[in-house]
Formats: sequence, C-alpha cells, structure tokens
Amino acid sequence: MGILEIKNVGKRFGGLQALSDVNLSVQENSVHAIIGPNGAGKSTLLNCLVGKLIPDTGSVTFQGQSLLGRHPHEINQMGVARVFQTPEIFGDLDVMENVMIPCFARRDGSFRMHAFETVMNEKELVEKAEQILIDVNMIDKRHMHSASLSRGDKRRLEMAMCLVQEPKLLLLDEPTAGMARADTNNTIDLLKEIKEKRDITMAIIEHDMHVVFSLAERITVLAQGTPLVEETPENIKGHPKVREAYLGEAQV
Amino acid sequence: MMGLNKKDTSLFVVVIVLALLAPFFLNPFPTDSSMAQFNAGYPDLMQRFVIFGIFAVGFNILFGLTGYLSFGHAAFLGVGSYAAVWIFKLLTYNVLPAIMLSVIMAGIFALLIGYVSLRRSGIYFSILTLAFAQMSFALAYSVLSNPKFNLTNGETGLQVYANDPQWLHRDSLPDLPHLFGLSMRSTYEMTVGGWSFSFNTGYYLCAVILILTFYLSIRLFRSPFGMMLRAVKSNQQRMNYTGLNSRPYTLAAFVISGMYAGLAGGLLAAMDPLAGAERMQWTASGEVVLMTILGGAGTLIGPILGAGFIKYFENIFSKINDNILHQWFAFMPDGIEDFIVAVIHPFIGKGWHLTLGLMFMMVVIFLPGGLVEGGQRLARLLRRKKSDESPSADTKPAE
Ligand SMILES: Nc1ncnc2c1ncn2[C@@H]1O[C@H](COP(=O)(O)OP(=O)(O)O)[C@@H](O)[C@H]1O
Ligand SMILES: [Mg+2]
Repeated sequence: MGILEIKNVGKRFGGLQALSDVNLSVQENSVHAIIGPNGAGKSTLLNCLVGKLIPDTGSVTFQGQSLLGRHPHEINQMGVARVFQTPEIFGDLDVMENVMIPCFARRDGSFRMHAFETVMNEKELVEKAEQILIDVNMIDKRHMHSASLSRGDKRRLEMAMCLVQEPKLLLLDEPTAGMARADTNNTIDLLKEIKEKRDITMAIIEHDMHVVFSLAERITVLAQGTPLVEETPENIKGHPKVREAYLGEAQV
Repeated sequence: MMGLNKKDTSLFVVVIVLALLAPFFLNPFPTDSSMAQFNAGYPDLMQRFVIFGIFAVGFNILFGLTGYLSFGHAAFLGVGSYAAVWIFKLLTYNVLPAIMLSVIMAGIFALLIGYVSLRRSGIYFSILTLAFAQMSFALAYSVLSNPKFNLTNGETGLQVYANDPQWLHRDSLPDLPHLFGLSMRSTYEMTVGGWSFSFNTGYYLCAVILILTFYLSIRLFRSPFGMMLRAVKSNQQRMNYTGLNSRPYTLAAFVISGMYAGLAGGLLAAMDPLAGAERMQWTASGEVVLMTILGGAGTLIGPILGAGFIKYFENIFSKINDNILHQWFAFMPDGIEDFIVAVIHPFIGKGWHLTLGLMFMMVVIFLPGGLVEGGQRLARLLRRKKSDESPSADTKPAE
C-alpha cells in the first residue's frame, strides 16, 4: 500500500469530464511525477487531494485515512503541503513573515492567539525560518515585500513555506515553470537534498523533462483525465502511448 | 521599552503626550480672539475625540488587519452604552463597574454576531453585519421598550431616574458618574494671559484608557496573532493550505474590536449618563469606517487621527455661519465679499458634511493610505529638501 492511494477518482465540470477513473498509488518516500499535456487534469487531481475539490466518485486515502470531505487546513495538518501552479504566498507580508506563518502553524497546530508575544522573539522558529531561507537561497531577501519578488523567487518562497513544515507528502504543481535554467537546477538540487536528509514523499507535476528525469522514480502519464501508463523513467522514454499523448507537444 | 521597538515606542510616546497635553494643544487661540471658535479644548469635545479614537482603534484591529469591513460596529457601541446606564440605574454611579460591564456585554454580542457573520466574507459579511446592527437598532428603538419589558426606554433613551434603586449609592457620593467619588464633570480651569485651558476629570479618564488601549493595539499589531490577521487579509487560501483555519482568528479580532466599541460606548455613557438607540444606527457605523479609512486603515495611529479629524469638523466647521464669514471677508469690497460668502456658504454650517465628503474623496483618490500616508509623504519631501541643501549632513539610511 502506498502512502497515497487514489482509487477510481472522477470529476466532472459541467459537460467536461476532467478526471475519469484515476487510479494512482504513490509509494512512501518516493518521488512520483505526473506528466501530461495541458488540460489533462493534473492540477484538478491535486485539487481533489488537498480539499479544494471533492471528487464525484472514488476515494483518496493518505496513510490509510480518507481525505475526502476534510478541510484544506486539516489535510495540511495531516502532513500534506502543496506548491501551487501560480504562486500562493502572502503578498502583503515580507519574506520572513511568509515563512514564519507556516512555522507557527506547524508548532501550534490549530488556533493559538499569542497576542502579547513578538514575532521575532520566537527564537527557535526564527532560526528554522532563516535556515530554510538559506536553503532556498533567499536569505538576503528576507526583508523584502513578497509581492515584489520575481516569479521564480515567489515559487521558491512558496516551496520554502511548504518545506519548513516538514510535510510527509509534498505536492508540487509545475514548481520550475517560469524559472531561469540556473534556478531550475538549484531547485532540483534542493529537492534532492531534502529527499536525502529526511523522509518525504513527493508528487510532482512538471513539463520540464529534465526535472522529471532528474528526480522521479515513477512517472504517470495523464491524458484527458485518465492515466495512460505508469512506468519507471527508463521505460517511459520510448513508450508508444506516451508519444501518442504528447503528439505535437514537447519531445519526450 | 515595554516590549515595543524603537519606532513604536516613539509613536506611543507621541500619543501619550498628545493625549495628556490635549487641553493645551486644542486651545491655541486666546479666548477673546476672533479665532477662538477654532478652539476645540472644551471637555465635551475632547472627550469625544478620545472616545471615538478608541472606537476607531478597535475597528482598525478588525478592518485594518483582516480586511473584514464591518458596517455594524455601532451596535456594540450602543450595547456598551446601555449596559453602562443599567449599572448606573441599578448599582452605582461609579464608572468602573459600568465600563467593565460595557466591555463584557459588547464582547458577548460581538461573539454572537461575529460567529454568524464571519461565515461569509467580502460584501456579504458587510451586509450581514449591517443587517444585525439595524436589527439591534430596531430592537432598541421599539421592540425592547414596552411597558412590560423596558430595557432601552425607546425614543427617549435610557437614563437614570430619581426612583431607580442604585443599591450601592451613598449620599456622600456625587449624583453623577464618578470614579470613587471623583466626579466626571469636575473641571479645573487654568487661565494664562488671554488663554484658558480646561482640565476635566472625565477627559483624563478617557485619555488614560485611550493610552492603554492604544498600547494594547500596538502589541496586537506586532504579535504573531496580528501577523496571522494580516495573513487573512493577504491570502486566505494560502493560510488554509498552511494548516490554519482562519475563522478563529477573524472571530477573535471581531470580538476584540467589538469590545473596544463597547468600551467607547461605556465611556460615552460615563461622560453623559444617557443611552439612545440612535447610537446604533447605520450612520454611526459608517462614521467609524470613514474615520479609519480617512486616517489610514491598517496603520497604528491613523484611526486616532481620523477620529479627531472628523469630530473636529463635525463640531467646529459646522458652527461657522454666514455672519462669521462676513466678518472674515469684511476687508473686501461689498460685492466681492457677498460673492465669496455665497460661494463658501454651502460648505460650512450644516454643509460640513459636503466638505467632509469632498475631503474624504480626495483622500481616497490621492492618499489611499489616509492621513498617515499624507504625513509620510510630507516627511519624505522635507527630508529630501533638507538633504539637498546639505548633502553631507545626513548620509545614514533612514530607519
Ligand atoms: N474549477 C473548474 N471549473 C471548470 N473547469 C475546470 C476547473 N478546473 C479545471 N477545469 C478544466 O478541467 C480541465 C483540466 O484542467 P487542469 O487540471 O488545470 O489541467 P492541467 O493542470 O493538467 O493543465 C481543463 O479543461 C480546465 O479548463
Ligand atoms: Mg495545471
């Protein structure tokens, strides 16, 4: 049994069957890539995992517990963190505060008021936040207003916000889209390093095949809402069905 | 100092000085001069400056930090006033228990209304709070004032009558709101040359409470709780996916700001032991929105400035009439004098709302950050000018 089990999941938007009969099992401590052309339903699938959408059919279990019907914050507290396709950060706050919030969320779990403390006096959390900013190469930007960051930096900040929570399962939706080559390589190194340092499972949606082949142990190809094949990276390259799905798209 | 950083400390000191020395600042003109009508240093008005300052500071904790725009905060102010007057009627004229009950009752009310209203956000939240406040107004105005069960005394307003029990009252105590015997109305007049300054007990009680509540608001702003509230405003989606349920945070902010409003209502009653339903009307709720935005929503001192500004206009500008204008422009030829007075006429006296409305529009359009942003821009401009004149004088980066 995998840490994440997706069984017969279907989701319909009006006349569009965005997902149909999706079965997917993500093994603990592996990196599982999901690839597929635009509109294949990859982001929709993630939305069904984190409580943003409720699938019409099927079941989703994480560590043997169903995720369906739970609120996003509950799912996060079970150990699932997500990096979105378009960066979701606290634009009005500075970079450091952006990272401090997940630190507080991780330590305190549900609501704690802390109305008379000062944010920067929480030494332990500050240290943790600074460390993750060093890891993602953003420590010199810690006082910057996060809305003014470049797109690539916003992504890295969001990744730092997820990583600082030490999630069991990290969902990454096109984490390197819009990044310069050097930043993409940094991101690959960062994710590899995290992987070596601690137990973490990753599900990564990515168009950049360099990223996919550098990280993934299993690859699922999704097309028109249905998984076509699930294979190891070696076996996927020449797979005829994959060619078919990507016809006219990026070279595999 | 006291857990505040350098910048906040200096801001806090400014507020303390302003509050304690207001009787001087607000009476800059000699009593007999023609400018004396611009003096605002009389107890009644000074009390209102400070009380509405407290109201706006509290409103800002909700609106400024979380972005949730309540159009019903006057309901809590009204509840606070009624609670205070009931203490006066039943127990004692001592303002301490009255104010405490005001805060508690407003807190309970805010918890109920907030619990329901915060299920929605944006315009729906605003409408829900407005609806609740108008319901409270209607209840206070008519429903809860019938001969069988008279909680609010309807149109007349709740007040203390000679036959009220006042169980803890003793004859040695003043027959007006007091603090352990110190009457809220007692005023010491100081005359220096042509100037006169009033030091009123009620005002100083309000001022001390303003200072305390302002301190509390700085601490809240800088706390992890304040950061969470700003996160709610910034991106609720991200907050949820970070494992945080935003509801308890917004509800806590709502209740705290409701308690501030209740405190303000209690103080209003403590200065003048009367509570009327009109205090809960939607115009009163709108006023605190204007104060906060005009001063600078989300800034620490903005709401106090906004409250002072609007109350000054309401009380001073509204009193300028045509006769006064004629006096001012008497030096001009008659025709021109009449013309100028005719042009200004719609903006003064009863027309002060028009002036205020225009100024509000200007601020929102040109200074979205309110008066505080105006002040900051001015300071930056002056600093640049200064450093242009003496380039070597100030090379350290500004803090
Ligand atoms: N909330 C929604 N409402 C309606 N249609 C949606 C919604 N979300 C996604 N879709 C549609 O579902 C399909 C799959 O979208 P998506 O999962 O974003 O694709 P991918 O991430 O693989 O590019 C697209 O055709 C998209 O337009
Ligand atoms: Mg997508």
